[in-house]
Amino acid sequence: MDINDIIKPENRIYKRPSLLTDSHMHYCPGCSHGVVHKLIAEIIEEMGMEESAIGVAPVGCAVFAYNYIDVDFVEAAHGRAPALATAIKRLQPDKLVFTYQGDGDLAAIGTGETIHAANRGENIAIIFINNAIYGMTGGQMAPTTLLGMKTATTPYGRRADLNGYPLAISNLVAQLDGSCYVTRQSVQSPAAVRKAKAAIRKAFENSMAGKGTSMVEIVSTCNSGWKLTPEQSNKWMEEHMFAKYPLGDLKNV
Amino acid sequence: MEEVRLMKGNEALAHAAIRYSADGYFGYPITPQSEVLETLEAEMPWDTTGMVVLQAESEIAAINMVYAGAACGKAVFTSSSSPGISLMQEGLSYIAASELPALIINVMRGGPGLGTIHPSQADYFQACKGGGHGDYHMIVLAPSSVQEMCDFVGLGWDLAFKYRTPAMILADGIVGQMMEKVVLPEQRPRRTEEEIRRQCPWAVTGKKGRKQNVGTSLELDDDKMEQNNLRFQRTYREIEKNEIRCECTNTLDCDYLLVAFGSIARICEKVMEMAAEEGLKLGIVRPITLWPFPYAQIAEAAKGVKGILTVELDAGQMIEDVKLAVNCNIEVKHYGRMGGNVPTPDEVLNALKELFINEKK
Ligand SMILES: Cc1ncc(C[n+]2csc(CCOP(=O)(O)OP(=O)(O)O)c2C)c(N)n1
Ligand code: SF4
Repeated sequence: MDINDIIKPENRIYKRPSLLTDSHMHYCPGCSHGVVHKLIAEIIEEMGMEESAIGVAPVGCAVFAYNYIDVDFVEAAHGRAPALATAIKRLQPDKLVFTYQGDGDLAAIGTGETIHAANRGENIAIIFINNAIYGMTGGQMAPTTLLGMKTATTPYGRRADLNGYPLAISNLVAQLDGSCYVTRQSVQSPAAVRKAKAAIRKAFENSMAGKGTSMVEIVSTCNSGWKLTPEQSNKWMEEHMFAKYPLGDLKNV
Repeated sequence: MEEVRLMKGNEALAHAAIRYSADGYFGYPITPQSEVLETLEAEMPWDTTGMVVLQAESEIAAINMVYAGAACGKAVFTSSSSPGISLMQEGLSYIAASELPALIINVMRGGPGLGTIHPSQADYFQACKGGGHGDYHMIVLAPSSVQEMCDFVGLGWDLAFKYRTPAMILADGIVGQMMEKVVLPEQRPRRTEEEIRRQCPWAVTGKKGRKQNVGTSLELDDDKMEQNNLRFQRTYREIEKNEIRCECTNTLDCDYLLVAFGSIARICEKVMEMAAEEGLKLGIVRPITLWPFPYAQIAEAAKGVKGILTVELDAGQMIEDVKLAVNCNIEVKHYGRMGGNVPTPDEVLNALKELFINEKK
């Protein structure tokens, strides 16, 4: 068999999603952000929502999400993405509205907006990248930083007596009557990526079906912030992060 | 149909917004302007015009909802009072820098801090000199009657959309709380999505039939960010050229000039009458746009006067712009009350005499 017999459109099983732009991504090699971006682009395309999807970008490493995912976007102030998404969805109920946020954005400065949007049951999807650190500003402590974890602002490790405890905000959101689907996923292996994709798709479908707020937490790596290689980061995440942030559905109604 | 009603200034804001075809209101309760949200909730415009009304969890959330709604090309607004407006400053800077039209209403109360719920004009600097970060301006309209509270809602949106910039109605607590006759405009239909797509090609509406739209204020390329700033400044110069509004009363032949805005300008009308009975000729300039400020109009009105008194509910803020208007060639003095106190006409007239006339004797 000739190679040209194999490389045919009908044999194609994988391609770059058309909504993922050719822009050179600024993410560090090994970072989870790029994988999740690809999933979002793929899902919007598969759902045929290219013309009606509106994303809300955070302040954080994903601030330029709109340069990579080719749908309409609004770039929020730090932490306020769920407030923006609330207004966009209420003013344009036929649109697919989602936020994309890091842990500092969603669980520190924007905790109020997260809790209240979910508590109102806004028909939005929240994609939450939990890498346990502030990537963009150079690796400071996040609300989700594990105890003992070294960051730029906890150089000797996070101490409960000084810095409080790591915040599992998805568990909080799952308690709220307005949330319909809260799940924790990861993207460090092909199997995990497939599961995360199904979860994001479900969140998007829920918001179009008017079921309430969906939140998909992606337990992620920040190899630059963690000062580990991409491979070490994945291992470290599996060994340490999953204990505090176990994967699986927290709520599915 | 137009309708004549008796109502509070705050209520007029709500009714006017519905009739001027608002798409959305996002706000958080605070005295002395809570009637805006209360009236909107009671009117239930979502059932009639389809307008969205939402009590947000904070002023920070509210202004960011307004930011997003504006990015969607919608006619959206919020209202608050001084401490709440302080919380909104980051959002206002984002709206200005993203070149979006939005209406913000500040029914001012006395500060600083939690201060008092009683009237004040002490947010003049914050509103006119850019309370948030960066080089930006908002169009600032100062109503002095319930009718103007109503009319400036439409005017504010028209200007905001014309220049793609936030506009603020800066009212003092008196105008918000007082009841007067008001003629409400007839109901305008809300714009359809097609109309918004046509009128606001930049709006975030889903990229149907066009390239991606992004509402953002971020630009990390220094030269491009400088170009953005230069473009904002060009817009501000255009606004300064076209949109200055003020009201001059008796300024052609007067000995002294009073400069006051909002409800205090109406107290000054009484001062002017009382002075005339004593043979003292006063004129009044009432800036209606506080930004852009009527520098030239004040300079013109000040020709030949012996002195200018600014009357303000603050420690002397607008006086700085009045001094600039006359290049300090004429003596400009300030009389103000603070803490929620409002001066009586007698008090103002006595102050004028003390500051300019008795002192000279
Ligand atoms: C009001 C405000 N405060 C602080 C900052 C600085 N800042 C930018 S990004 C960031 C933290 C981002 O961390 P996270 O949300 O975890 O996202 P990541 O970069 O890790 O993806 C901070 C504190 C800001 N831009 N605005
Ligand atoms: S700093 Fe961390 S979160 Fe940011 S791009 Fe690099 S690896 Fe990703």
